[in-house]
Amino acid sequence: MYSEKVMDHFMKPRNVGEIPDADGVGTVGNPVCGDLMTMYIKVKDNKLVDIKFKTFGCGAAIATSSMTTELAMGKTIEEAMKITRADVAKNLGGLPPIKMHCSNLAADALHEAIKDYQKKKESKK
Amino acid sequence: MRKVYMDYGAGMPLDSRVFEAMKPYFFEDYGNPSSSHSYGNVARTAVEASREKVAQLVAAEKPQEIIFTSGGTESNNLAIKGVAYRNREKGNHIITTAIEHISVINICKFLQKQGFEVTYVPVDKQGVVDIEKLKEAVNDKTILISVMYANGEIGTIQPISEIGKLAQENKVIFHVDAVAAAGKVPINVKEENIDLLSISSNDMYGPKGVGALYIKKGTKIQPIIQGGGQENGLRSGTENIPGIVGMGKAVELAQKEMESEGKRLAGLRDKLIKGVLDKIDDSFLNGHPTERLPNNANLRFSYIEGESLILGLDMNGIQVSSGSACTSKTLEPSHVLLAIGLAHEEAHGSLVFTMGKQNSDEDVNYVLEMLPDVVKRLRALSPLTPKELLR
Repeated sequence: MYSEKVMDHFMKPRNVGEIPDADGVGTVGNPVCGDLMTMYIKVKDNKLVDIKFKTFGCGAAIATSSMTTELAMGKTIEEAMKITRADVAKNLGGLPPIKMHCSNLAADALHEAIKDYQKKKESKK
Repeated sequence: MRKVYMDYGAGMPLDSRVFEAMKPYFFEDYGNPSSSHSYGNVARTAVEASREKVAQLVAAEKPQEIIFTSGGTESNNLAIKGVAYRNREKGNHIITTAIEHISVINICKFLQKQGFEVTYVPVDKQGVVDIEKLKEAVNDKTILISVMYANGEIGTIQPISEIGKLAQENKVIFHVDAVAAAGKVPINVKEENIDLLSISSNDMYGPKGVGALYIKKGTKIQPIIQGGGQENGLRSGTENIPGIVGMGKAVELAQKEMESEGKRLAGLRDKLIKGVLDKIDDSFLNGHPTERLPNNANLRFSYIEGESLILGLDMNGIQVSSGSACTSKTLEPSHVLLAIGLAHEEAHGSLVFTMGKQNSDEDVNYVLEMLPDVVKRLRALSPLTPKELLR
């Protein structure tokens, strides 16, 4: 049902964990629906220098979280904001249609983390 | 890598003895039971021999009370719709439970759209039907009570005799979906006051695509398939001879081996349940601790989701099922798990182990060795896992 790439990211997820002094944190989903993910980002000179995630959910939820951190690592804030759910799915070699919406939330979690970072930066000014 | 298949509830291999019994009916004895010549006679004799065996399995009074169908779903359709349509002038009320197989639930929903009224009686936390609520639900419009013998997902066995008595006292037809139970626990339609009973062949190492419905003599029922009038007019269509022969053999073997195999499986089941609950923190048993199918263990793990558990176990050679929404076509968690009072997030973390003939004590040991690591790995990924559990 899943591509080899999805299974690889499911079995060996990249960048798992939390960042205690993160510059931004974003959470999307809901355990009631079966998917919940949190992204932590560290920003330096407008670039994402570290990203970590924690995810409750199915294989697709875990693989998309892992892939999103890989796609965004080292990117500028602007570039990272342009990463879409479709990009994540494409880089994983596709997802089953039923999983495209419910479990492909990681890009949204990343964007929420960036917005959180921007809000914090704004309030410091 | 060791291969441990524990998803017998979803699919199981054909018994090789069943295959041998079926073989002649594909190439040599291919006659139609409706034909008057010798080929027809051979086919007819084979069908009647199978009918006899199925009748014995459920302790029916006469073989003629057994009708062959295409499987459990069709048997349920014929039983429920057949009674509903035939007895409409008597009443339009049907009683069933909240944890029935999806076929029964969807047949009832279909009938509701046609003006029938359906009461879905709740179950307790262990999945046992609330008899008091069932009693209260009966009224003078009630024409049918349909309760499953045992639930294939959580394994709970229902107090069928008690419900049968209640149905008889109220002169209501009693249908039992015994697809998950037949061949695993003894069934006696007479003693348990059952009027209609659905069973399927592929839950007893028989071929897929064949099942049966027991219809107690005198039970008023209308066919749902119109045609040439086979199966006493109740199930038209040329009989699936190899399938029916296979089912007969499967039923015969199941009856012969039920007691010893049931004991053996219950031992493996109890070892698996105890081992998991001992080894894994925040794990729970779903369903009844003792009144359950000998081959079923339904276990729940907090903070993680069932589909990722299935994938993680599959990578280690272990195949199981889950009641999680993420494994269903509808993206809704199992209605059975919700009916026993689990929250959505609890239902998501449930795994169903259904064991069978090929499972051994070593298989259970292997699962007990691999499962804790898979759970631990997923919990380390989950934002819901309490910190103290990760140490």
